[in-house]
Amino acid sequence: MRYIEFKEIECAVSELCITAAYDLPADVLASMKKYRKEESSERAKMFLDQCLQNAAIAADERLPLCQDTGVAVYFVELGEDVKIRGGTIYDAINSGTARGYHESYLRKSIVDDPLFGRKNTGDNTPAVIHLEIVSGEQLKITLAPKGGGSENMSQIKMLTPQAGRAGVIDFVVKSIIEAGGNPCPPVIVGIGIGGSFEKAAYLAKKALLREVGSINPDPNYAELENEILKRVNATQVGPQGLGGDTTALAVHIEHFPCHIASLPTAVNLNCHAARHATVTL
Amino acid sequence: MNIKISTPFDDAAIMALTAGQQVLLSGVIYTARDAAHKRLCDLIANKQPLPVDLKGAALYFVGPSPPKPGYVIGSAGPTTSYRMDAYSPILIEHTGLKAMIGKGNRSPEVQKSMQQYRCVYFAATGGAAALIAKSIVKCEVVCYEDLGPEAIHRLEVKDFPLLVAIDCHGNNLYKGEG
Repeated sequence: MRYIEFKEIECAVSELCITAAYDLPADVLASMKKYRKEESSERAKMFLDQCLQNAAIAADERLPLCQDTGVAVYFVELGEDVKIRGGTIYDAINSGTARGYHESYLRKSIVDDPLFGRKNTGDNTPAVIHLEIVSGEQLKITLAPKGGGSENMSQIKMLTPQAGRAGVIDFVVKSIIEAGGNPCPPVIVGIGIGGSFEKAAYLAKKALLREVGSINPDPNYAELENEILKRVNATQVGPQGLGGDTTALAVHIEHFPCHIASLPTAVNLNCHAARHATVTL
Repeated sequence: MNIKISTPFDDAAIMALTAGQQVLLSGVIYTARDAAHKRLCDLIANKQPLPVDLKGAALYFVGPSPPKPGYVIGSAGPTTSYRMDAYSPILIEHTGLKAMIGKGNRSPEVQKSMQQYRCVYFAATGGAAALIAKSIVKCEVVCYEDLGPEAIHRLEVKDFPLLVAIDCHGNNLYKGEG
C-alpha cells in the first residue's frame, strides 16, 4: 500500500490547471503549423496565423490561450494499491482546481444550478471527474479544460446496426456542417462508438485526449478516421466557419462492444485550443 | 488590406461596410453575453431605462478572464453569437445598436433585423483571446458586476482586428449550417 497526501494532489492539480490553460500542447501546435502550410484560402491562412500567434503570446506571457478556460474535466487513473491520506480524491481535485483557477487568473465559468438561479460558484468547481481504478500504486491525473462553445456543438445519436460504417460517417459529417463556425474550427473530432448511451459520450470525450497525428492501433478504425477527416475537410467549413481546407486537425475514435440492437455514436468537438495536461504521482 | 474604423457608428458608416472586408476597430465598445442580454431585454419589455446607452454602439460578445497584475484585461476572445440571437433583434430595434462582434453565424431573424435597421456583424477570431487582449487599452465594469465575467464592461480598443462577416446588405460569409 502506498500513501499519497491530499495536499500533494491538490498542488499537482493546481499546476495542471495553469499548464493546460497557458500552453497549447506540442502535438496540436505541430498539426496547426502543418495545416497552415497546406491551406489554400487566404482568409483561412490569416485565421491560422492568428491562432499560432496567440499560442506564442499565451506561452511567453503566461496568459490563458482562450478566455473560456472551461469546465475542468479530469480523467483519473487511481492505482488500487494507493491510499489517499487527508481526504477524498474528489475533494483534493476540486480543491486544487479552485486554487489553480484563482491563482492563475483563469475565468470561473461554472454556475451552481443548470436551470434555477444559475449563480456562478466563483471558483470554477465542481469539476467533472471520471475515475477509473487500475492496478498498481500510481495516481495519473489528466485535465482537459473544455470550453462551452465547442461542447454545445457536440451530438449523440442512437444509431441502429443497419446504419453501419456509412451511417456513422454521415452522422459525424452532418454534425460538423451543422456546427459551422460555432465550435471554433479547426476542431479535433472525438467520436465514441458502442457501449451504451452514456458510455459512447464518455468515449467521445476520451478520444479527444489522444495525441494529434497518432494512428489508431486498430486498422479498421484507423482507416475510418482517415476517411472521416477527408470528408470533414472537404466540407470547406474552414477555420472559424468562414471557408477553407482546414475544418478539422484530427479525427479520433474510441470504441467499445455494444448490444445486438444498438450502435450508439457520440461526437464531441474540441476547439483548436485543444488543451490538456497530465501528471503522474 | 485593413480599413480603419471607429465607434460610434451612424447609418452611413454601416452601409459602407461589406462582407469580406478586414477592419481595424478603435474607440469605445461594450461587452455583453447571454445573462446581460436577458437583463437588457427584460428592461426594454418593461419600458425601463437601460444602464448603458447603445445608440450607435458596438456590442462585443465576450466574458474576459481576470486581468493579471499589470494588465488591463485578461484574455478576451469572442463567445459564440447564436446564443444572443433571440435578443439581438430587440436591441437593434429599440436601442440603435449598430454593430455586434462575436463568432459563428447568426439567425435569419437577426440578419433581417440587421438589414432593416442598418447593423453590421463582425467576426473576431475565436480562440485568439490573448492576441485580441493586446488591442484593448482600457476596461471598466459598467453594470451587472454580480454576473462576474458576464458583467457589462466598457472597453476602449485600438486597432481591434475584425472581419465583416455579415453586412447590412444581406451578404453573409458563413459556410455550413451552424
